[in-house]
Parts: sequence; C-alpha cells; structure tokens
Amino acid sequence: MTDARVIPLDPDGRRGPKRPLPLAEVAEPAQADGGGLRRLDRAAARSFAFLRRRLVGDYQVDDFGFDPDLTDAVLMAPFRPLYSSWFRVQTRGLEHVPDVGGALLVSNHSGTLPLDGIMTSLALHDHHPAHRHVRALGADLLFGTPFLGSLARKSGATLACVPDAERLLRDGEIVGVWPEGYKGLGKPFGERYKLQRFGRGGFVTAALRAGAPIIPTAIVGAEEIYPVIGNLSGVARALGLPYLPITPTFPWLGPLGLIPLPSKWIIEFGKPIRTDEYPAGAADDPMLVFDLADQVREAIQQALYRLLMQRRSVFT
Amino acid sequence: MGRTVLVTGVSRHVGSRLVHRLNDEPGVDRVIGIDVVPPRSDLGRAEFVRADIRNPIIAKVIGAAEVDTVVHLSVNSAGPGSGGASAKELNVIGTMQLLAACQKAPSLRRLIVKSTTTVYGASAKDPALFTEAMEPVVPPRAGFAKDAIEVETYVRGFARRRADVGVCVLRFANFIAPDVDSPFTRLFTLPVIPTVLGHDARLQFVHFEDALEVLRRAVVGDHHGVFNVAGEGVLLLSQAARRAGRPTLPVPGPTVSTLGGLARRIGAFHLSGEIVQYLTHGRAVDTTRLSRVFGYVPRMSTAEAFDDFLAARGRGPITPDRVGAAADRAFDLVRSVTRFVPSPRLAVPAGLRGNADD
Repeated sequence: MTDARVIPLDPDGRRGPKRPLPLAEVAEPAQADGGGLRRLDRAAARSFAFLRRRLVGDYQVDDFGFDPDLTDAVLMAPFRPLYSSWFRVQTRGLEHVPDVGGALLVSNHSGTLPLDGIMTSLALHDHHPAHRHVRALGADLLFGTPFLGSLARKSGATLACVPDAERLLRDGEIVGVWPEGYKGLGKPFGERYKLQRFGRGGFVTAALRAGAPIIPTAIVGAEEIYPVIGNLSGVARALGLPYLPITPTFPWLGPLGLIPLPSKWIIEFGKPIRTDEYPAGAADDPMLVFDLADQVREAIQQALYRLLMQRRSVFT
Repeated sequence: MGRTVLVTGVSRHVGSRLVHRLNDEPGVDRVIGIDVVPPRSDLGRAEFVRADIRNPIIAKVIGAAEVDTVVHLSVNSAGPGSGGASAKELNVIGTMQLLAACQKAPSLRRLIVKSTTTVYGASAKDPALFTEAMEPVVPPRAGFAKDAIEVETYVRGFARRRADVGVCVLRFANFIAPDVDSPFTRLFTLPVIPTVLGHDARLQFVHFEDALEVLRRAVVGDHHGVFNVAGEGVLLLSQAARRAGRPTLPVPGPTVSTLGGLARRIGAFHLSGEIVQYLTHGRAVDTTRLSRVFGYVPRMSTAEAFDDFLAARGRGPITPDRVGAAADRAFDLVRSVTRFVPSPRLAVPAGLRGNADD
C-alpha cells in the first residue's frame, strides 16, 4: 500500500462514545496534535479515509462475514435518528449485559420488519459502556435474499443454528435471538405482546454448550409500528414471503405506508439466567432445554406485562 | 526400513511438487509416481510409472514394490473444455479401482486422499463454518463436488474393510499461489470479475505451499481421519476483487449459469454450477481439528495467501496505490473548498497536516 497521508483525526477523542469509528490506522494518533483541525475537515478526512479503505479492500471481516468497519460507519447510521428521535428508545437494565464475554439475548419479536433487532443492536452499541456489537441470528430466508442477506452478514448476523450460536458465544460475543421468528414478526395487531411459541429451543442448547448466560429482553413499542390488520397470505406465498401484511397505511399509501408509527419504545434487559451451573451433557437433555426455554419465555412475558402497565400511552 | 510411497496424479502440479518434497524426506526410501501422461518436470529420484489407475496394473505396481503408503491426488475438477462425464470416470471409477488394488495389498499401512471443501456444498442455509463432522445442508448434485463426495464414500468403505490401514482424508479449500492455475486464479486475473448481484460470498483459500506441507505431514505422520485444510479467516468476493484491483460486474443470479455456459463455450472461462453456488453463498470451514491433530496451522491466512498470489501475478488497473492517490487528491480538493468556509472554531495552524505538500 502507498504511504497513508497523515491526517489528524479526533486528536482529543471528543467524538464521544456515540460513533467509535475505527479510523486509527489512517489517523496515526501519534501525529495527531492538531486540535485546531476544523470539524468540517475532520468529517471529510474521516469519510475519505473510510472510502479509501473500502476501495482498496483494506478491512477485516470475521469468519461469519461481519464487517465492523462498514457496520459502524454506514449500516447503523440511518437507524440512529429512528432510535433517538422517532421511537425515543429508553433502555433499562443495560448493566445486565456483561462488558466482556458471551451472552445470549433472547427477545420478543414484532413489528413486521425486524426493526426491534436493529434498535437492540443500537442500544448496546451506542449506549452500553462497552459498546458491544449484537450478533443477530436470522432465518435462512434472509440469507438467501439478494442484498438483504449479504448486508445482514456484514452487520454481524448469521444463520440461526446451534453451531453458529455456540461458536459466537464461545468467542465471547453478544448473540441476539428472536425465537418467535416470523410467527412473532408477522402476528396480527390483536395479539400484540402475546409471545408466540419459542421454536425448538435451539438457543438454549447453544447457551448451555457455551455456558453463556441468557438475558431475557423485553421490547415494548415495536408492536405498534406497523399494526397488522390483515395478511395477504396468498400473495405472500406466491412471492415466497412468510407474510404480506395489511396495515392502516400499507399497501394503501404505497411506499409512504412503510413509515412506521412513532411509538415510544422501551427495551429492558432482564436479569441474566446462568447456564454454566449445569452438569456436562445438560444440553443433550431435552427436558432441561424445554424447561429453560419456558423459564426464559415466562421472564420475557412477565416483563412485557409489567412494562405495559407502566406505559402511559403508546406514543409518549 | 523407510517408507515406500505411491503418488497418483503425479503429472499434475500438486503431484510433482509433493514428490519433490518426499524425495527430500529421510524417512521415505522410495517414491513411485503414477499418471496417464508423463510428468512435465523432472521427478528427481522418484520413479515414474505410466499407467491408468483404472487399469489392474496398479495392483501389480503396489504389490511388486510393497508400497506402504498411497497418496491419492488424482481427484480433480474438470478443466475447461473437458467434459464432466470423463472427469467423473477418472475421479470415481479411478478411485474405486485404486481402492480395490489397495485392499488386496498386505503391505499397505497408510492411505491419504486429497478431497475438497466443496463437499460441503454452498447454500443460504449453511452454518458459517463447517466442521468435519457436519453434513452438507444442500448436498452438491453434480460436478467435482459430487465426485468428491462419492470418492469419500468409497474411501470410508475401504477404511471399514481395512481397519489396519490409517486413512487420512484432507479436504482442501481452493489452492492459491503464484504457480497455481485454477478456476479461481483465472477468475481473479480476468479484466472484469463477474459477481452475483446482491450476494457477497465468503471465500477461503489455502496457500499451495501450506497445502503441500499438510500433505507431507500426512505422509510421514500417522494421523488418520478427515481434516479441513484452509488458511485462517475469510475474504469477501468484493473485497478480493478490490485487492486484485479489478472492477466487478454484478450479474443477476438466475442468469449467471447461462452466462457461465456462454463464457465456457467461447473458451474464456469455466464457471461450473458449484462455483456459481460458491460465489453466491460462500463457504468457510473450521480448521481446529487440523491444528490440534497435525499441530500445524497454515502459515498464510486466506488474505495473505491471496495477496501473495496477487503480488506475483499482478493486480488490475485499480491498484491500491492509484485509489489511495485519487482519494488524497479528492480530499485536497474538498479541503481547498472547505478552507473558505467560515469556521466557528480556530483556524487551522499552518503545517498541521503533517506531510501534506500544499
């Protein structure tokens, strides 16, 4: 590679915790004494340094295809205004998420589009003291879809299967799983905040094998962003989609119908459930796996009811 | 007494290179290379037998020389122009005949088979990393991958019948090195690299020298079982193309096979179905078992192996140097504009920009 031109960036580290961009390799911090470099220049320098890294392929992806450089600088950016201004997400229990080491976030799923997953990622990346990335587990349909699948991988997601979840947990990652899957995501408005069935409990097996704690996570607000009043199941099947919802605004208003309602969100990270106290081979005991899955499900359901009681209205 | 090693497919690049390594091995007394065509390069002290492994003569060679180690390297993908059917004939029938001869050879102690990570297939339903114990989620139904799966099945059958023979199956990721010619090295030296629209596959390579070292250790060691062999880490196809300094041409998924067939017809490039699947969904394997049992981690990671290949074979027109220079020029341009924008903060002191020459 050619010698990188020295462009002092963020010399005093005042970019704050909100956007820790990994620019160190270009910024050459040793030379960075220029506190006077203007904000505009710094923004430009940052963008060019990023662009250059991307154009020459000088960045790292992990075995799962996770590209932290792209995720931090590009993929998360459009959702930040949604997080802070539109949904005004409030987080609770961030202290239950460890600073280091693996943990499995298990959360309720709703809202037609998986915005709840993205908001949870932002909550932990931007607001947790250790700025942790959430490694989401997604359905195979997602990874087979052009563009979305490769973007999902770059953002750190991988296929929801026990080997991948276990590997990530062993690597000390925060893994996010939404065991209700499409049943939760596409459920009608009338069933909001009623947890659907929790699949086969594979997530418990993975956590047990890795000895990682399970953090039951309750998300309130996502149910109201696209109230599903009907489902074009025939059309959905023809298009190979899990569902095609009808909401008060979609498909009537066309693309405008994709604007979510500005509900007020609360994300609560519950008390961790330890899985490292079971004897070896516990992951192969189906009874234990089902029991633990039920325990997690119950914890989330109770948290949802409690948060709903505390909520004054959907939008405030 | 040292070993007597028989190497099949010795006229190919891997075979001849491995024979040279074994020639230098003190524990190996005798190396016999076998192939249907004469080797292009000198095999040193090794002996060459021109024979087809599908011919019963192979049993006589093994018996007469009292071969104790067979290295089966002649399971290969069909090259451009050659038909899939003849490749299958060579791969599968050849292996069956070779194993039949091996089974009757009382002197045999070790069998090493070169296989491929393509046996895992490539699909959207795959786990991120395949371990040796995993089955393919969507099994390949044709081509080299299917051949390799069948070959492995026969090898497992052989291992059951001859429990006294240590069988070592090595599943290699795609070889890459300056002196390797493969569909992948050809892909990355095309003026424009075709990609699958909307997909960005994870690719994994193993440097050819690392592959040879693993083969050598398999011959002289006594490890048995199935092992994935790949360089550490992955490269995305887009990332690899940029490192190669070449533009990409995203092709809509459903039309890739058609275009691949077209390219093959004009002899430009051979994109088989399994390669298209791989370039769509990608694949990576776990190499923990190799490092644990062989005590060997490939010296070059996937990215390092790829860069070694590029350094020797040349990059395309969009080299990192040029991109870097263009980015710098663009940045200077932007700065020459922004410097006239009034700033709420202090002005930039002169000389702040390090080695900037404006």
